[in-house]
Amino acid sequence: MSKGRYGIHGGQYVSETLMNELLHLEESYEHYKNDPDFVRELNDLLNEYAGRPSLLYYAEKMTKDLGGAKIYLKREDLNHTGSHKINNVLGQVLLAKKMGKTRIIAETGAGQHGVATATAAALLGMECEIYMGKEDTERQALNVYRMELLGAKVHPVTTGTQTLKDAVNECMREWTNRVNDTLYVLGSVMGPHPFPMIVRDFQSVISREARQQILEKEGKLPAAVVACVGGGSNSMGMFWNFIEDKEVELIGCEAAGKGVDTAETAATIATGSLGIFHGMKSYFCQDEYGQIAPVYSISAGLDYPGIGPEHANLHDTGRAQYVPVTDDEAVDAFEYIARTEGIICAVESAHAVAHVRKIAKNYSPDQSIIICLSGRGDKDVAAIARYRGVDLHE
Amino acid sequence: MKTLNNKLDKVFSTPNGKAFICFLTAGDPAADCTVEYILEMERAGADLVEIGIPFSDPTAEGVVIQDANIRALKNGMTTDGAFEIVRRVREKSQIPLAFMTYANPVFHYGYDRFFTRCEELGIDAIIIPDMPYEEKREMEEPANAHNVALVSMIAPTSEDRIQTIASEAKGFIYVVSSMGVTGVRSEIKTDLGAIVESIRKVTDVPCAIGFGISTPEQAKKMAAVSDGAIVGSAIVKLIAKYGEQAGPEIYKYVKSMKDAVGECGR
Repeated sequence: MSKGRYGIHGGQYVSETLMNELLHLEESYEHYKNDPDFVRELNDLLNEYAGRPSLLYYAEKMTKDLGGAKIYLKREDLNHTGSHKINNVLGQVLLAKKMGKTRIIAETGAGQHGVATATAAALLGMECEIYMGKEDTERQALNVYRMELLGAKVHPVTTGTQTLKDAVNECMREWTNRVNDTLYVLGSVMGPHPFPMIVRDFQSVISREARQQILEKEGKLPAAVVACVGGGSNSMGMFWNFIEDKEVELIGCEAAGKGVDTAETAATIATGSLGIFHGMKSYFCQDEYGQIAPVYSISAGLDYPGIGPEHANLHDTGRAQYVPVTDDEAVDAFEYIARTEGIICAVESAHAVAHVRKIAKNYSPDQSIIICLSGRGDKDVAAIARYRGVDLHE
Repeated sequence: MKTLNNKLDKVFSTPNGKAFICFLTAGDPAADCTVEYILEMERAGADLVEIGIPFSDPTAEGVVIQDANIRALKNGMTTDGAFEIVRRVREKSQIPLAFMTYANPVFHYGYDRFFTRCEELGIDAIIIPDMPYEEKREMEEPANAHNVALVSMIAPTSEDRIQTIASEAKGFIYVVSSMGVTGVRSEIKTDLGAIVESIRKVTDVPCAIGFGISTPEQAKKMAAVSDGAIVGSAIVKLIAKYGEQAGPEIYKYVKSMKDAVGECGR
């Protein structure tokens, strides 16, 4: 069996042209992750530039309102660029620089990873090109301009469904075209090995901090940690340091779109099956012939037909559970947390909030639940308004 | 190593030992056309035809073949549809055939079920761009059990991997001429002679060069440093342009390419 396996999932299903580059990336990462200078530089960037550690905030009003577990929010939305994406991007772009690369390419769905990548590239002096589905460039027009302000070139991808999956396709094609000076900075815990491992390691700062913070505040571990899952980077970051704590439930919230019994869904664990795509073996939404399904969610960041291989394995082993959350539930939660806590969170993160609204009362007041609030919701305000029938455009 | 009982030896048993290999996408623009065009290719002298089973996300393809995949899927082509095309070709022809597709359609069909069907229909080889050396075992074992060769690919970036890959290759080796995805290129800069020479040190399995070849001059040049030339996008472009009337154009084009390859010395 090849490297980078999580149970039966993972692997390196890519064209031969990329194989040496992936091996080189793995080798470089294994070297630099133990290099004291690299670790210090990255920590400086995270603490002095990105604003880490992020707060673990006790949501007292939500707690009282829901009547059950104490609700804590891990405030990744307060990071520079407004989401958890910056954690991974600073790590990967710094790694690229150490490897002697001068150019970064990346895919983006909602634009959060693209904005974060463009930001890190600007800071570290790298050329940057972002691939984004044309449909996403339209629903997230502000983020396109934001990336351009940061000096990145944005390529609207017009193939396939013109969303995140097609942006990944185009990045893989472009990387095959030019590997020598270019690193593909993948935005989630997906793709061929070593990406799922690298992205998970860089995102694991979320649970490293959260675990320590909750112990300081509560004197014990949480009953559950909850995060939204598309490819699964914020959730893997949120789960990672709790995996060995068997008493902590790990709950991933998938985007069910209009419902798991409709075709307009992106809930991979609920509706997908085992497959090989985008360099990995994992679960994918696909038809009876293995054609990748066009998926749908109100959230561009969760609008992806697969899930990272380590999540697939956490599902297989039963260590984590994955639940579907619909557009309606997510939008309700988006509005709820805004009114209750004064926080406008990303519609992606609102999927996790929605699920906690359902389960909080099943826990006692001496237990706690941590929600990973993966991003802020400024980018979603116009889309939510339209969802509610308000004719508002950016 | 077990020898595979299939028709691949025949592919390179031409007077000068060089083969001309063509590609088209199953169901582009319709299944009837694919059957007709394969037979035209054979009549024009093609030594092997690669039939692409369309995939929703062909990440190794340039725009021309991506569009062909979309057209074929829109027209309802499926894996079973591709098998049906081969069945109809086999009523009239024993030309060596290969499938080219991505890992997922084959995995999802079930390896054993897929290759059993291949063997029944006389499919000799399969080319899967997203199944590199490290991952090939899961597919190669069931393929070989049914006398289908899983073609090994070697790229301009393979370097120290060339001999590892080549030493286990069966059928023929697909040498990728250039960086990037499939598609017509005006110039091929990779030192392919050096790659083939490196392969030759560990195996005598034939090497055919593909990606970017469109003109007879290129085909001749590529066949001169290897055992054959593979052409995909240039043919798919003809099909895109002439649609259901592409038969005569394909014949003319394939013949010119085959003639050019035939002019190479041994």
